[in-house]
Amino acid sequence: MSQPINTRRRVIVGGTAALAAVGFPALIRAQADVIRIGHLTPRTGFLGPLGEFAVQAADMAVGELNAAGGVNGRKIELLKEDSVNPQTASTKAERMIERDKVACIIGEISSASCLTISQVAERTRTLFINTGGNSDELRGKSCKKFMFHIESQNSMYVKTCGRSLMAQGLVKGKKWFSLTADYAFGHDLLRVSKRFMSANGGDFSADKLVPTDATDFSPLLLEIRNAKPDLVISNLAGNQITSFLKQYSEFGLSFPVAGFGFDTALAWAAGPTNFLGTWPVVWHHMIDTPATKKFVADFTKLYGRPPENQAWGDYNAIKLTAQAMIETKSTDSVKLVEHFEKGAKFGLMKTREGYFRKADHQMMHEMYTVQALPAAEAKNKYDIFRSSAPVPAANESLEVIATTAEENECKMA
Amino acid sequence: MLFVQHLLNGLLAGAYYLLIALGLSLIFSLGGIVNLAHGAFYAIGAYLAVSIGGTLGFTGAALLSPVIVGLLGVVIERLLFRRFYKADPSLSLLLTFGLAMVAEQALRMIYGAPPLTWSIPPELRGQVFIGDFVYPRYRLLILAVAVACVAALWFLLQRTPFGRVVRAGVQNPDMVGALGISLEPYMAAIAFLGIGLAGLAGVMLAPIFAIHPAMGAEIITSAFVVVVIGGLGSFWGVVLAAVVVGVTKGVVTAAGYPQYSEAAIYLLMLLVLLLRPRGLFGERIQRFE
Repeated sequence: MSQPINTRRRVIVGGTAALAAVGFPALIRAQADVIRIGHLTPRTGFLGPLGEFAVQAADMAVGELNAAGGVNGRKIELLKEDSVNPQTASTKAERMIERDKVACIIGEISSASCLTISQVAERTRTLFINTGGNSDELRGKSCKKFMFHIESQNSMYVKTCGRSLMAQGLVKGKKWFSLTADYAFGHDLLRVSKRFMSANGGDFSADKLVPTDATDFSPLLLEIRNAKPDLVISNLAGNQITSFLKQYSEFGLSFPVAGFGFDTALAWAAGPTNFLGTWPVVWHHMIDTPATKKFVADFTKLYGRPPENQAWGDYNAIKLTAQAMIETKSTDSVKLVEHFEKGAKFGLMKTREGYFRKADHQMMHEMYTVQALPAAEAKNKYDIFRSSAPVPAANESLEVIATTAEENECKMA
Repeated sequence: MLFVQHLLNGLLAGAYYLLIALGLSLIFSLGGIVNLAHGAFYAIGAYLAVSIGGTLGFTGAALLSPVIVGLLGVVIERLLFRRFYKADPSLSLLLTFGLAMVAEQALRMIYGAPPLTWSIPPELRGQVFIGDFVYPRYRLLILAVAVACVAALWFLLQRTPFGRVVRAGVQNPDMVGALGISLEPYMAAIAFLGIGLAGLAGVMLAPIFAIHPAMGAEIITSAFVVVVIGGLGSFWGVVLAAVVVGVTKGVVTAAGYPQYSEAAIYLLMLLVLLLRPRGLFGERIQRFE
């Protein structure tokens, strides 16, 4: 029944498909006197929503740097790509480093992709700053000389939120029911949260792994209702969090909710009527410091909505890299790594300055816990939570929420 | 007792697989187009619901959005699908795959990547308790909508002159043409119904799922599994398969393995394909033999 097919058309169709599969290579203008920075982050898939904030913030940071005359008299050129998945991320990192000669790579959200990018970075001795991958393993067993983390590690999230949960009496002798994203980040977070729980006298009544593209949580909500836990813990990621919050409220469950992984944009998407519980964040748009206020105002002016925590990560990673390049008068990764390891301090829009810890290259900085406001008290669609004071408190070391020497398995080459 | 709840929940969950899979099956049966862009129309339905709902409310959005998506379907059918009815199926596969990517990226460019805020309207919130079983009122509404769609579609296809021509066209389009009936308007009508149904699914699921540009890709594979298990072109096969897929996911979760719930439905599809390659109720369609 099929007719002969016009061969010319077949060639065009085939060619188009091949192009689509390969992806259009970034067009590079040959400019010797610019500093190229490679930016990789997921822009599609379940972490895509956060990637958009990352890209916008990175553009904004580079725009500001260039408007102020660049770095060491050279303009910055940002090469941006969708990292898609761990395999693609590593291929693109390789291309950026070897073909485009970037000075460093900044970005990423998926812990799994961070690992593959860091392997390329380590082999080519190129600086990689992770702005969104949380897993402890990246700072532990898989730590690398050339990888630094402005994003907090899972332990910092768990210990920050854990303090608030202990204050609310939801830990000791309590039963937890946790839902965990079924990939590298989630598995790592589950391990860390179990360690916290057993150290503080609580008990996991159930922990369930949830596929990353799961949309319907109804079977799990029935399980939760039946288990009658004292606390429901979300170790979910990306769009999962939005769907979970919407459906938790749909089922009218009343157990307290907390999470150990969180991104503000996902709470905004759930909306004031569905958002509930206690969550840790690395930064949020309502922090009361002049630098945060300026960043929020500038970002909102540029993009029509306030920045979320992922925007903070990529913006500050680029700014602190530029600062280090100015301080060392160099773009050489080896020198930048040395500078970071010496404990260079960076203003991060918080009340205290931060620094990369030498042992595992984790940024030591303040974190916050946010608590959902009742829907009626939310002033607008963005200010839907209230924040704790910075954690750790002003009189404590910044390192108290990070992994301890015993917990950390990092052996830097 | 919890197991019974999961069984019931699975049955109900079948309703939304059904909403998406019905249109997919319809378009394939008549035109032989494997519509990989079906999920994209579902996403467009959800996004339109948010856009329209801002001014016209949930009811306005629920009525209007599927119609707009359906009309968009007619345009796509007239401009694109039509050229591929007699071509090698792999070409229409490429076309609809491309369409899906264009639609997803267009949504990302227009609305941005972060999910949109959209909730169940206050009057539809709340739960129904039946003994120990609890169920949100909103999901019962989805079930009612799905049942109404199945009934209406069945009536249209089995009991009206329109349906007779469509069924004849599925079996042998050349013979229908030889009888002096042009299938063109029927193709357009089927595209309107099938793609409109995807839009309706988008509207109905928007309040409980995250609304993001790739939401279509999340649901399209499950919908294909339903169509393949049910049997291509089989109306009741798709209905049964939607329920079977829903129950399978629920039972695997109930057994304590939510992480395997996705894999379970593919395993089920594999088994069905091994034992009944045409699907549960797949009919012999003359022109595909």
